[in-house]
Amino acid sequence: MAGTDYGSLALWAVILAAGVGTFAFRFSFIALFGRLDDVPEGVERALRFVPAAVLAALVAPDLVYADGAVAFTPANPRLLAGAVAAAVAWRTEDIAATLVAGMATLWMLAFAVP
Amino acid sequence: MSSPRTDFLSGVRVSVPILLGIVPFGMVAGVAAVGAGIPAVEALAMSVVIFAGASQLAAAELVGRNAPAVVVVFTVLVINLRMVMYSASIAPYFARQSARWKAGLSYLLTDQAYAVSLLQFERDEETSRRWYYLGVAVPLWVVWQMATVAGIALGSGVPDGWQLDFAVPLVFLAVLVPAVTDRATAAAALVGGGVAVVANGLPYNLGLITAAVVGIVTGLLVEEVA
Repeated sequence: MAGTDYGSLALWAVILAAGVGTFAFRFSFIALFGRLDDVPEGVERALRFVPAAVLAALVAPDLVYADGAVAFTPANPRLLAGAVAAAVAWRTEDIAATLVAGMATLWMLAFAVP
Repeated sequence: MSSPRTDFLSGVRVSVPILLGIVPFGMVAGVAAVGAGIPAVEALAMSVVIFAGASQLAAAELVGRNAPAVVVVFTVLVINLRMVMYSASIAPYFARQSARWKAGLSYLLTDQAYAVSLLQFERDEETSRRWYYLGVAVPLWVVWQMATVAGIALGSGVPDGWQLDFAVPLVFLAVLVPAVTDRATAAAALVGGGVAVVANGLPYNLGLITAAVVGIVTGLLVEEVA
């Protein structure tokens, strides 16, 4: 098991700083909203694209990278499992079904291709 | 009929499949924290205080590698910067809540609670914002903490061969696909994902923010042209 040189005090400081900052992000516009007249129209139009852009940015590197390098080939089990999961998500729009399909594909590939 | 109770319960119903998805995610967060040498109490504190899975995983990894504290905090904040966008997007629906409620609802804001609630708020004007959102967000919080505790208890007992960490992108994928509804959102997703891959090597996870901004701008441009 990997150890860390971090002491308890340093860990708590990191956790609190990260937690307070993250809460400030979450609270920012929700806190301000009643005091602003309205969200500017340009901002509102941009916000429509937030889920698609951010979620894709979160997912893509996890699927495309294998052992630290871009592996855009069928031999990359995560890319293949991700493609199957995406197809299931598209057909069912169901998170549990997507999860089961993706993990099952990954496990089958890991089992079949040792 | 819409009442606080029925709205809360319909939120809970929608959250159930998401809960199945975050159980492995939360366990991975607990296992990763313990694996990095973080004691159990602090590992659980990360889940309660920060309450944002991807950033917790990144923090655990960096602490395990003894990265400077400033770098750990900065990385968590960069990964969670998207919460500002969620906050702005959902703020109009919470405008009439008291300051105390706004703070509580904000603490519970996650990718999943945001995505699910916004969809419902846009679809149905009658739904109680607060209670539907709580119906989604409170079970997510409870299950996330329980899954983290389970992960901490298991420690490094989970074999790497299970590849449980893959549950994380799968959950994001399941929320992403329905969010792509037209050419402009598809362009935002494709470019956002593409830039994230190219910019993956940038320090402090800046690639994520770069990709998000470029993806959003692309969506706006495509919408302009169409």
